[in-house]
Formats: sequence, C-alpha cells, structure tokens
Amino acid sequence: MLTTLFICLVAVAAAGYFFGQRKARGLAASQNTRLHSLPGYHGAYVAFWVGLPSLVLVLFWLLFQDAVVEGLVISAIPAEITQGMSGNRIDLLISEIKSVAAGRIFVEPQPYVLEAAAHYNILNNTAEKAMLVVVLALAILGLGYARRNLSVDFRARQKVGLTMDGLMILCSVIAIVTTLGIIASLLFEAIRFFEKVPVGEFFFGLSWEPQIAIRADQVAGTGAFGAVPVFTGTLLIAAIAMAVAIPIGLFSAIYLTEYAGDRFRSVIKPVLEMLAGVPTVVYGFFAVLTVAPALRQAGAAVGLDVAPNSALAAGAVMGIMIIPFISSLSDDAITAVPRAMRDGSYAMGATKAETIMRVLLPAALPGIVGGILLAVSRAIGETMIVVMAAGLIAKLTANPLDAVTTVTVQIVTLLIGDTEFDNPKTLAAFALGLVLFIATLLLNIVALRVVQKYRERYE
Amino acid sequence: MTTGAAPASFVSDAALKRLQKRKAADRRLKYYGLGAIGIALLLLATLVTSLIITGHTAFLQTHVTYPVYLDPAKIDAQDPDKGNYRSIVRDSFAALFPDVTGVREKRALSDILTSAAPYILRDKVVADPELIGETIDFTVPVSDPFDQFMKGNIKRETAEDDRRVTNQEIAWVDRLMADGRLSKPFNTGLLTNADSRFPEMAGLAGAITGSFFALLVCFLISFPTGIAAAVYLEEFAPKNKFTDLIEVNINNLAAVPSVVFGLLGLAVFLGTFGLPRSAPLVGGMTLALMTLPTIIITTRASLKAVPPSIREAALGIGASKHQVMMHHVVPLAMPGILTGTIIGLAQALGETAPLLLIGMNAFITSPPGGILDPSTALPTQIFIWADSPERGFVSRTSAAILVLLGFLIAMNAIAIYLRRKFERRW
Repeated sequence: MLTTLFICLVAVAAAGYFFGQRKARGLAASQNTRLHSLPGYHGAYVAFWVGLPSLVLVLFWLLFQDAVVEGLVISAIPAEITQGMSGNRIDLLISEIKSVAAGRIFVEPQPYVLEAAAHYNILNNTAEKAMLVVVLALAILGLGYARRNLSVDFRARQKVGLTMDGLMILCSVIAIVTTLGIIASLLFEAIRFFEKVPVGEFFFGLSWEPQIAIRADQVAGTGAFGAVPVFTGTLLIAAIAMAVAIPIGLFSAIYLTEYAGDRFRSVIKPVLEMLAGVPTVVYGFFAVLTVAPALRQAGAAVGLDVAPNSALAAGAVMGIMIIPFISSLSDDAITAVPRAMRDGSYAMGATKAETIMRVLLPAALPGIVGGILLAVSRAIGETMIVVMAAGLIAKLTANPLDAVTTVTVQIVTLLIGDTEFDNPKTLAAFALGLVLFIATLLLNIVALRVVQKYRERYE
Repeated sequence: MTTGAAPASFVSDAALKRLQKRKAADRRLKYYGLGAIGIALLLLATLVTSLIITGHTAFLQTHVTYPVYLDPAKIDAQDPDKGNYRSIVRDSFAALFPDVTGVREKRALSDILTSAAPYILRDKVVADPELIGETIDFTVPVSDPFDQFMKGNIKRETAEDDRRVTNQEIAWVDRLMADGRLSKPFNTGLLTNADSRFPEMAGLAGAITGSFFALLVCFLISFPTGIAAAVYLEEFAPKNKFTDLIEVNINNLAAVPSVVFGLLGLAVFLGTFGLPRSAPLVGGMTLALMTLPTIIITTRASLKAVPPSIREAALGIGASKHQVMMHHVVPLAMPGILTGTIIGLAQALGETAPLLLIGMNAFITSPPGGILDPSTALPTQIFIWADSPERGFVSRTSAAILVLLGFLIAMNAIAIYLRRKFERRW
C-alpha cells in the first residue's frame, strides 16, 4: 500500500515538474518576454508543492492511524465489557484483538473479540484506502495551486532556493534532535526508575540483583538495584583492555612512525586497522570460542582457577579491538610534532630512541592521552564482546580471573526479550544507559579538548 | 685555558661504552615496536584462523540419498499437503536396514535423518504432485551428530559413553557409506535456508535478507539527509552559536556507544511511535542515526577538497549558489561521499547491540518479505547461534561470521576501488 502511494506521489511530482516547466515556457512564448527564473525552477516549484505537503501528511497519518483505529475499535466494543478495565487490561485486549485480526488464533477467542478483530480489519483497510485518496488529492491540489501561481516574473528560483535551504537546515537539525531524543528517552525512563528505587541506593548500593518477581506467586529475588558492582566490573574490564591495548598500540605507533620504512608502513598500517573493522560480535565469539578456553587451560596448568567467563578473557579481547585506535591516534600525535624538534634533537647527537623518549613522546603526550581517553570511552561503551564473554552476575571483586558484569551487559540482558515499561527491571536499564551516556560524553569532551589544545600549540 | 691537558677523546673506553649502551637502548625500543606489531598481527591471524578452522566444515553438509516410495495410500493426491510424510520417510529408510526390528532401534535409525526430512519431502511433493505413486531418490541432510561424525569432529576412538553417536549408529553410518549413499556437497542450505532449531537445516537466508532491508532503509535515510546536512554546514551555514551546536552534536554522536542508540530506538521508535518489534524498518532507522555522523563528516571532508576556483568560476559566469552546489561541487565530491557512505554502511552491517535491543534477535524461520516483517540480521543471527548449545551451531556461527566478513571485505574493497579510480588531486 505504502509502495503504491509513494510511486503515485513520485509520478504526480514528476508530472508537476513537467507541467510547471511547460506552462512557464508557454507563458514566456505567448508574452514574448524572458522568464524571471529558468523553466526548470518553475517545474521544481510545482514539484515541491506536490511532494512536501503530501509527505508531511503521510507521516502524520501513519503516526496517528493506529491510535485512532484502536480508539474506534475499543469504543465499538459493548460498554459493559470495557467498563472497569484498567489501562493495562485494555492494552492487553487491544493486542489480543490485533493478533486475532492478523489470523494468529491460539485459543478460541470471545465472540466480542472476534467481532472487534473483524471491525479492526475493516477500519484498517478503510484507513489505508482513505490515506491513498486523501494524500493523492492533496498532491493534485498542490499541483493546481502551484501551477496557478506561475507567471513570467514569478520568482521561482528564490522560492526553490529557500525551500532547499529549509530542507537542508532540517537535515542538519536531525543531529540535535537525535541527541535530544537520546537524553529525553534516557532521562524520562531513568526518572521513573528513580521514583521506585532511591538514587542513593542505585549509586552506592553494593548488591545488584535485578531479577524480581513479575507475578506475585513467582519465586524470585526481591530485587536489589545497587549498581556499584556493575560499575566496578565495567572499570575492571576496561582497565584490562587498556593494559593490553596501550603498550601494543603505543609501541606499534612508535615503530611505524619512527623506525619503519615507507613500504613496511604502507602495508602494516591498513592490516592493523583491519582489527578495528572487525564487527564486535565476531570478537565476542572469538573470546568465547578461543580465548576463554585457552586462558582456562593456562590457568589450570599453573593451578589457578579461571572462571569460564572471566573478566580477563573479555578484557583481553576488547584490548585487541582497541589496539588500532590507540596506535592510529598516537601515530597522528607523534607525526604532528614539528620536524624542527626532531631535527634539533638529532643535531644534538641523540639517538632515535632518545629523541623518541625525551622529545617526541613528551611533546605528543596530550595527543596520546586524548587518544587513550577516547579509547577508554569506547571500552566502557563496548557491548557485544562483554555480552558474549563476560558474566551476568554482579560481583564486587578486583580479581581479573573472576566473572564480573558490566553496564552494557546489564542493559542488554535486562531488555532482551519482551519488555514492559513499567517495572523497575526494564527501567533500570535506562538508568544504566543514562550513566553510560554521561560518562562517555564527558570522556569524549575532555579528550577532544585535550587534543584540540595540543593541536593549537603546534599550528 | 691550559694547553697541557690532553684533548678529551671521543673514543675513550668510557665513551664507547656509553655509546654502546645508548645504541643498545635504541635497538631495544625498535624491537619492542616490532614485537608489538608482531603481537597485533599474530592476534589478527589467530582470530581469522580459529574462525576458518571451526567454520570451514559448515560449508559442506553430509547428505544421505535413498529411494523413497511415495505411497498413494499415505498421500491424498487432491491435498498433498496433508500426507503422512513422517512414516513414508521413516519406513523407506528402515527398508535399507531390514535386520533392524526393535522399536527403539528403528527410532534411533530414523534419527540419522534430519528431523526436518518429512517437511522437505512434503515440499517436494507439493511442488510436483505427479511424483505420488513413484519411487524417487530422496536426498536429505543427516542430523547434526552424524554430520559432525562424518566431518571428524566426533572421533571413532572416543569411548562410546563420551560421544553422541553410539557404536550401533556408527555401524549403520558405515553401511550407508559402503553403499555410497552418503555425500558431502557444498552446503547451499547455509545460504538459502532461514533459521531452524536443527543445525543441519539452519541457514542465513533470513538474516541476509533482514540485513539487506535494514541497510536499505539506513541508506535511504542517511544518504540524502547526510549530504544535505553536510552541504548546509560546509557551504551555506553562517558561523554562529546554532551551527556550532550542530557541529558539536555531530561529533559527539559519532562517539556515543551503539547500545545507547538501541535504547533510543527502543524508547522512541517502538515505545512512542509504536512501530513493530524486530522489523528491519526500525533497525534501519536506528542504524541510520548512527551512520549519519560518519556520512556528514566524510561528506564535509570531500566538499572541502573541491578547490574554491571551481566555485568561483561557476559564480563568475552567473550561477546561483544552489546551482554551484548542485551542478559542480557535489558531483565533483561524489566519489568521496560514496566512499564514506559505503564505509559507514559497512560499519552499520556489523553493528549488533542496537539491533538486539529492538528485538532483531528473535527466532524466525522464514525470510522477511518486507521491511515491516519480523526478521534477524547477520550479526544478530551470529549472536543467536553463538548462544545455541548444539555442536553444529559452533561451526555454523563461524561460517556465518566468515560470510559477514566476506560482505564487509567486499564493501570495503568497493570503497577503496572507488577512491582509487575517481579520486582527483587538485
């Protein structure tokens, strides 16, 4: 249905372009003057009038169709049935009606549900047809209106230019809207979470057991939302990752910038960067398949008990993923040190190593630190590796051989499967998401500041 | 200065020793660097080889071929959909082993075939009802333990209690092999089947279509909006607080963890807008928001690379600012924009976490027919299979990863080719 609609709209818009152009040409010829704007702009003006209002209408229609149809269906159900139903019960009823309407019948539904489902299908069908008719009517109205406006000195170019500017501004604003959307959705759900769980408990509580009874008769924990063990677990894994990535990344960058020949560099650099292009779900599987069993065997060989989903395995694999970030950012920072400093050092008789350790690295330090901060932000936001390789149970420990959990693991496990938005378990995921978002945002801002300051110094 | 003292020698023993030490330190640093690169390369190699070693076997699949009599008494020619294919498949297979009589043995025997065998036969007959009453050569995958046995992942030498195949079953398989009934062709099912509970029948068709739809939506949204935003910010926008704010936002969005985008998709697209769960449409929209900063940033870089002389020449002969953009600058920057877009889409293809949160990790046994049907995507399919306990899924997961990496390499190769072919230095 939507496809037909869009094809029709494109056809009408193309027709509008054609008619607009033809009318403009005709006007110019009949009045024997020149047009203010090229005929193409007249055509584009008409096409915009066809396309834009109808697209806006389609969007709004799609947004509200469902709600309107649901409302109509519910109000058509005999009042004695819906009377006294809570909002939740009505939602359940609606989803039952919808699944019956789609033909997914498991138990013989109540007759009124069957009736409502039939009603729902009819209404939806009507709504779709009505949308097609109304939108096409609007498109054709737009065509007629815009075409009437055309005249020899109609300033079509300016109008088209303004519209294009408006569209471009709209597209640029999407970035702001996305950020606002993230903040709003996280804040909104997090506030609802903090209405049920005190802020103090969340940030300072030492016990994290989010599994709570959904029904009263279920056997489950009572639910504890002290996020400290989750935070420490995140930091532990990020620290292990950095312990792997910083030395390897930094030394690779030093070798590639200062020692390696051009050919070696041009081959090895892209190969190292391939590590950054591997999807994280692949790293996660690698951690489970290869690294964790290897660590376990190595631990058993020296008499250490390594958990199957140890922080070490997840952190080490995450470190591999981060190596290219550190190496390419340090590479940039070292290359950005002015030639003169390097030459000055060599002129004093310093060896390469001395130049690197005493001149280049101190000079490039802000850039390197900025890169490391960006890498840390990536490590704490990384999801798939830890979801697959780290633990689920929050444990307050600094032992890398033990299983710990992270913020991202908890977000995913709390939200996987069917989610309802009114229990603290799902809301907790949004609170954790808010913490994660703020932490990575701060790290990024600080990192960018550091890098920028450093660039200014040498430019 | 007195002239009596001997001039300081640059080759005194002490100096030579110092020099040696300094040079040794220099070499050490060099070796550390080489060592670090070596470790990184070794890790990459381990990653790839471990995937290939576990994954390559999944590209082949053991099949068994045997004659099946399509008994007209068991299939109604009018309605071939409802035949008793289960007993047809079992009885014809048992006919190969007339010496097996016990009920339990017979059941164990039919377990050699995939549990989906009756459905495969049904589809075959429904497609061609003429077959009813004839004896056909029927080829089906064997079930996972026997597939693993044939590929050597279950060893004959292992004690019987420790392996999933009994000695009796091995004897049966040996007999099938001796009769030439077993074959190991390329596993086309891996690419043409959708997901399944049985490893031998599970394939990637659903995931690949789902990923394709999601990327299509992502491209249709992020490509035009990304270019429009980049053109505006680079060429038209006045320098003021508002445009600064937009730029800061774009840079920050590029660094927001992907799981946060998943939370946004869940709360806004599913919660507020009420779009369907697990749909490639929602996945594509979420991925588009993540890809947008990449496209904007690379587009701006390629717009910047177009020299000002082009703009000035166009303006000089009377083009409007919009004409300069649409007719000259954007077309010239297009190779760079396309390269950036492909790289952005490649990132989006590998993205998993946001898709998990919007439910694209459901168990779905048929490929989606459109962008609103529930579906999985390649990376989420990998995640589902990685979580499955059956042994056959381990190699299928690796195989799925190899398929995903193949797509990524192809996309990046196209991007590099475009850049090499069309890049212009001004």
